[in-house]
This record gives sequence, C-alpha cells and structure tokens, in this order.
Amino acid sequence: MIKINIDQERCKGCRLCVIVCPKDIIIMSEHLNSAGYHPAIKIEEKEKDCIACGKCYQMCPEVAIEINKE
Amino acid sequence: MKKLFSYPDSLKKARFSYCPGCGHGIVHRLLAEVIDEFKIREKTIGIAPVGCAVFAYHYWNFDVTEAAHGRPPAVATGIKRVLPDRIVFTYQGDGDLASIGAAEILHAANRGENITVIFINNAIYGMTGGQMAPTTLIGQKTWTSPGGRKAELSGYPMKISEALGQLDGVHYIERVAVNNPENVLKAKKAIKKAFKNQIANKGFSLVEVLSMCPVGWAVTSVEALRWIEEKLIPVYPLGVIRDKSKST
Repeated sequence: MIKINIDQERCKGCRLCVIVCPKDIIIMSEHLNSAGYHPAIKIEEKEKDCIACGKCYQMCPEVAIEINKE
Repeated sequence: MKKLFSYPDSLKKARFSYCPGCGHGIVHRLLAEVIDEFKIREKTIGIAPVGCAVFAYHYWNFDVTEAAHGRPPAVATGIKRVLPDRIVFTYQGDGDLASIGAAEILHAANRGENITVIFINNAIYGMTGGQMAPTTLIGQKTWTSPGGRKAELSGYPMKISEALGQLDGVHYIERVAVNNPENVLKAKKAIKKAFKNQIANKGFSLVEVLSMCPVGWAVTSVEALRWIEEKLIPVYPLGVIRDKSKST
C-alpha cells in the first residue's frame, strides 16, 4: 500500500504536484495553512491508485511530499 | 514501512523563504540528495550567493559560508586550496554569477579550480524584485525593461556556459532545467557528475540550471513551467556544453 504524505505547513500551494500527477490523486484544499496558502491534499479514496512514480516529489519546490510503502 | 521518496538528511527541516513555484527548492533538494548519496555531508562546504538563495545556510545541513556578491568562486578557490580534502561547491544565481561575479567565475574556470559550481539561471534578478539581468531574453518585460529588453540598448542574453566552455581549464559544463520531472532527474544526474568530477580531482565543473521565477516573470507557477519550455530553452539549449572526459 502506497502512502502519500503532504506536509500541510510546508506547502505553498503552487500546484506543480497537481499538474504532474498521472492519476489525479492530488488537489488543492479549501483550508488555509498558517502561512496563508491553500495547501495541496490527496484524495483519500484515490490514494490506492498511486503508482509511486514520484513525479509530485520531484517537482515539489518545498520538499513537502513524502511517499512511503507500507 | 519503506521510504520511497523522503526528505534528504542533508536538508534541514527549515521552511524555505522562496515564493511558491520557485525552482530553488528543487535544486536545494537535488544537491542534498547527491551529497547524501556520496556520503560526503561531513566534508562538504557550500558557498551561498547574494540573491534569493542568500539564506541557503539555513536550509542545508552541512557547512555553508556566505560570500560577497558574485565572489563565491574566489572564496571557493581559497577554501579548496587550504582544505583540498573537502568538497567545495558554490551556488549562484544569474545576477550573482553572470553580472557582478563575471570576473570571478571567468578566472576560477580558467584556472581550472577543482570546485563545483551550481548556476541557477532564471533570466531575472529575483530577490531585488524582478529587474533585468544579463541573461534576460530579448523582448522580456522586467521592471527595468518595461517595453521588453532591446538588444541595441542592453545587448543580448549572456550565454555564460557557452562562453566558459571555450576555456581550456574547464572540465565539465552542462545545462539542465527543472521544469518537468524528467528534466529534474536529468538535472540530478548532471549535479551528481559535477560532484563526482571534483571527488576524482578532475577540475572545474559547472551545472547551469534553468529555473522558474513565476513572480519575477509575472506568470503562474504552472505557466512558468511552460515559459521555460517555450521561451528559455530555445535561447539556452539544454545539454552537455563541454566534457573533457569524453573529448580525450
């Protein structure tokens, strides 16, 4: 099972992870973090589709994404 | 639990001061990963520039010093000559390296100093608010070229990597970009090679990274990726510019 973890406080909402995800698992959230950005979040029910390609991790300028295998 | 993609050890948990969508964060991570992979964190000394990456010493978890604007190659020369067993790299932007530091980089390259230079080219002065840099494209609008850069007034975009590639002292120069995941992986490979060259005492290596500055270019983060593809890469073509290990 692949687990995506997006650090809600590091994320600055640039959307680069959203556009590179081939499975459209990541979207922008409605809530704000303490810095005033809308952080990226994963769609929980779609997380099982993740193929761990790491594209979101490669493009994240804040190194806010971690991908683990359980 | 197996970590597939995770935060590198050579990067502190500090939050970057960069704007959303800036390419600096990606290059910081690539450098940290390469240093982790070579297991050289304990003997690496980085030199931070003046520019957006001026606080790089807050982000990297190894020794980093600061140099006057444009002078990291001179400081790196001193450190590497006094401590030749250390891995010394400079991290410079285009305002730092191509403008005020043009003399330093030219002579460090010509002497073939055994250092690694990471040159971030985003075609603009980012930190000071988006003024024209030597690398700014013809027609590109900045705060100091509101009608677009004109060649007859401000000259042409400076291809510093091609210029340095003419020097006999240079071992390796490659230009990469960080505008899509494939290019990021290529950028990491180039940075890795530049460090490998230094570890093997091959001499001067430089990696030019075309990086996003969405705020300076007045585009969105996503448009900035396209901007690199459509505007920057045609002027600054990607690829190896000089590699002595292949030519001999």
